[in-house]
This record gives sequence, C-alpha cells and structure tokens, in this order.
Amino acid sequence: MSNADKKSMLVLIRRAPYSSSLARASVDLALAAAAFEQQVDLLFQGDGVLQLLPNQQSELLGLKSIGKVLGSLPLYGIEQVYVDARSLSRYGLAGENFVVPVIPLEDEAMSELLARSDHLVSC
Amino acid sequence: MIYSLLVLSSPASGHGARTAQAFARAVLQRGHSIHRVFFLDEGTSTGSASAVFPQDETDRLQPWVDLAENHGVELVLCISSALKRGMLDEAEAQRYESPAATIHPAFIVSGLGQMIDASANSDRLITFGG
Repeated sequence: MSNADKKSMLVLIRRAPYSSSLARASVDLALAAAAFEQQVDLLFQGDGVLQLLPNQQSELLGLKSIGKVLGSLPLYGIEQVYVDARSLSRYGLAGENFVVPVIPLEDEAMSELLARSDHLVSC
Repeated sequence: MIYSLLVLSSPASGHGARTAQAFARAVLQRGHSIHRVFFLDEGTSTGSASAVFPQDETDRLQPWVDLAENHGVELVLCISSALKRGMLDEAEAQRYESPAATIHPAFIVSGLGQMIDASANSDRLITFGG
C-alpha cells in the first residue's frame, strides 16, 4: 500500500441486511478501509438501518450475521456510526439496542457529513 | 486529475458497467488518468472470459480489455466477490481444482486493500451501479 495522503471515506449503507450480497460487501469495504488505517465513517440510511438491529438470526438463511460483523467495528477503531434520523423514525426505531453505538443525524448534519468526506461510496 | 472507479453492477444487468467503461474512456480522452478500476460484488462478472452476449448487442468485454491493454488501466476484481461467482484466474482455478480459469487475463484478482489503496491515491472515486 503506497503512502498517499490520508483521505476520508464515507460508506453510505442503504441495503437491508441479507437483501443482496452488496449489503455485506459494503460492510466489508468499510472494515477494509479501517484495517488499512484510513479515516472511514459509515452512514446508514433507508433500509440500511435494519442492519443495526440486534439478534439477527442469519443462521436460518445459512449466512454469517452482518450484525455481528458490525458489532466488531470498535475493534477496528470505529466506535460509532452515523444513521439517518428520518430513516430510524420511519421504522419506529429508537436505537438503544443497536449492535454498535449510533449517532442519529438530521438532514442538515447529514449534508455536512457528505460535504466534508473526500470520497463517498454508496452501496 | 487522478480517478479511480468502483463498479458494483454486472454487465448482464442494467447499464452501470457500460456507463463505467464509457466514463473511463472519457476520463482518458480529457487527459486525466485512472489509477485503478475495482470491481466489487456483481461487478466482478465484468471480467468473465466465458460470458456470451447476443451478437447484435455491443461487446461488453472488449472495451475493458482495450482499456487495460492499450491504455494501461489496471482492472482488479475483488477476490471474495469473484470466487463465489465462479470467477477464477489460473492460480485460483488450480488452487480450488476447478476445471478452467474463467477470467480474462486483462483482469487481475485481488483483495479489498486494492480498493482502499485506489481511494487513498485518487482525487476522485466514482461508483457505478449498486
């Protein structure tokens, strides 16, 4: 890995868990960024907020739990993730039991987060 | 300006992969450079040497091969996405005792670190599909 300027990356996660392989691929991308010591933030939006729910019984689908992977984010130095407050309220979620601590963002704060990130990956 | 591209969609569905190669061509024509094109998830099937598309439609592999061979663009398929879709290069085909390699040699197979490296070394990262 060449030693370029550090760039901040925002991974925008919009897929429900297990809805497609892209849901997991986008999480893996964020983990890889953190593992390579890049500045990376995650923003869960729309159906993507469902990835944060606890007790995902993914073994019933024969798949690894995305919730468990997200729960390991603090091991990669990602202590909190951002979540679209409007998407949370659409699903009636408050967030106290999420698999990783979240920071709900209103529209304006979300725009600022998008604007200050060097790179945006939307999956 | 240095660009990298992230391709998430298959050339067999939608137009994300086609738009990506048209964009890559436009980037080079404008005098910019492309650090890397990284194919993730369904995007990895872009590198299939064995996919057969209808003869009366535009070739979906050759434009990428041309970018790699004539313009030095690095084409990288995410290994975990590729393997589960049967996309194997010679080395992986031997490792998994698969009857044949299925990836065109203009593409290489590697890990997500290549994507992160591309992001860190590019002014712009453009995502297609997804």
